[in-house]
Amino acid sequence: MNMNCQVCKKQQATVHLTDIVQGEKQERHLCESCAQEEGVLPKAPAHVQLGELITGLVMNKTAIQQLADLSCPHCKLTFVEFRNQGQLGCPHDYDAFEKALVPLIERAHEGASHHIGKVPNRLNAPRAADDDLVRLRRELTRAVDSEQYEEAARIRDRIRRLEES
Amino acid sequence: MLDEMVRHAGEWLRGSGPMNEIVISSRVRLARNVAGYPFLSRTSENQRSELMEMLRPHVVSAAGGAAGAFLDMNAISDLDQQVLVERHLVSRNLAEGKGSRGVAISKTENVSVMVNEEDHLRIQVLRSGLQLDEIWRDINALDDKLESKIEYAFHPRYGYLTACPTNVGTGIRVSVMLHLPGLKLTGEIERVFRAARDMRLAVRGLFGEGTEAAGDFFQVSNQVTLGRTEEDTINDFRLSVIPKIIEYEQKARRTLVSERTISLDDRVWRSLGTLRHARTISSEEVMLHLSHLRLGVHLGRLKDVTIQTINDLFLMSQPAHLQKVQGARLTGEQRSIARAELIRRRLTPGMN
Ligand SMILES: [Zn+2]
Repeated sequence: MNMNCQVCKKQQATVHLTDIVQGEKQERHLCESCAQEEGVLPKAPAHVQLGELITGLVMNKTAIQQLADLSCPHCKLTFVEFRNQGQLGCPHDYDAFEKALVPLIERAHEGASHHIGKVPNRLNAPRAADDDLVRLRRELTRAVDSEQYEEAARIRDRIRRLEES
Repeated sequence: MLDEMVRHAGEWLRGSGPMNEIVISSRVRLARNVAGYPFLSRTSENQRSELMEMLRPHVVSAAGGAAGAFLDMNAISDLDQQVLVERHLVSRNLAEGKGSRGVAISKTENVSVMVNEEDHLRIQVLRSGLQLDEIWRDINALDDKLESKIEYAFHPRYGYLTACPTNVGTGIRVSVMLHLPGLKLTGEIERVFRAARDMRLAVRGLFGEGTEAAGDFFQVSNQVTLGRTEEDTINDFRLSVIPKIIEYEQKARRTLVSERTISLDDRVWRSLGTLRHARTISSEEVMLHLSHLRLGVHLGRLKDVTIQTINDLFLMSQPAHLQKVQGARLTGEQRSIARAELIRRRLTPGMN
């Protein structure tokens, strides 16, 4: 998509927003600096990629407005501050901002929302049920990758049952 | 330690690793945070220095004990900080940061552990050529060792917690530095990059200011850190992505040798001529010409220059290294003159 920014009309638009305003879809195309001026992109984000992801989140503006009031009880970071600085304040933010972070995390990690890698040794022993989950999630990824959707659905049901227990 | 260090390249630039005609080096980095502390954007200076004191003995031991060194970034000069950046031992972010922060570096420069970068810990292992298996074995053991002393911030659902959610999960960043002059010259590089980006890999220029591909050196790294194991991520690079790129580059190089011999030799020899005779030269220009020399050597077109010399010049012609060796602060213009002189001396037969 090659077009100029709607605000400055000079630079190439690299930020493409879709707002739903009263049920109407509105598209806006901005260059990076104008997007920063308008506050849709954090200024000088620590991660270019995070900037893009947050832009993606703007799509759902009403939801973001509700989330804007969220803050972490431990470090007092607000979601708006996170959006502007691109950095979380403490480990508890992952729970405090869960609603807002999950879509962002999924977007950053090809739809994944669960860790299946290494686990600290101190957590390894007493977590048999969780180990099953880890294994099942890995199998689920494999099944989806190899397009075995029936198998995937079966594994997903088992994961749900385990998560609920 | 730094005075000694700047005189030669670290192990990763020795040009001796597997596939070194195309793969300069491989690196794996793990992002970790200490449980019970805020992330760095919300820590007080007191907490930062507390973290550093607490982590210091552990990271030093991880970087090889007494043989390694711990550098307090506040206690060294800006120039020394830049030297570390140019040697890929610390990130630009750590060098330019504020407050208590430091780095433990192993003697070989293969291991560096940054404290108080964007995360409390950034563990990095670097080796020359394509050696991701070996690196993973080393860094995993290092991480285990640190984890037996430090309680990491870990979440049952999200894995290792990081200050930026783009790193959460495994916190692993695999980066492979590639020299791809063949693909650049045959105009196929964009196609390869599009394919890499489709696989959710980031591709950027290697040396220079985070530029889009200055010269023919590129860094390919993963972006996805959640929902895949560390081994999955490593194996993607090791078994599919990098071998594919190597294959394309080799094919492009064969085409250059068989169908564009004159233009290939012209490039290689003009570059040697420029480097042997220039009186003032920028880092960007040096990079471009050294890339051609490197290609010429690997294709057997150029016999009187060694890869070792080329790699040394890559490192030594960078701004901070130049000034460190000269023992003086230099203006941009003075650097260009000193750079040309250094290169002339190293590349002129009988002068070195
Ligand atoms: Zn918090």
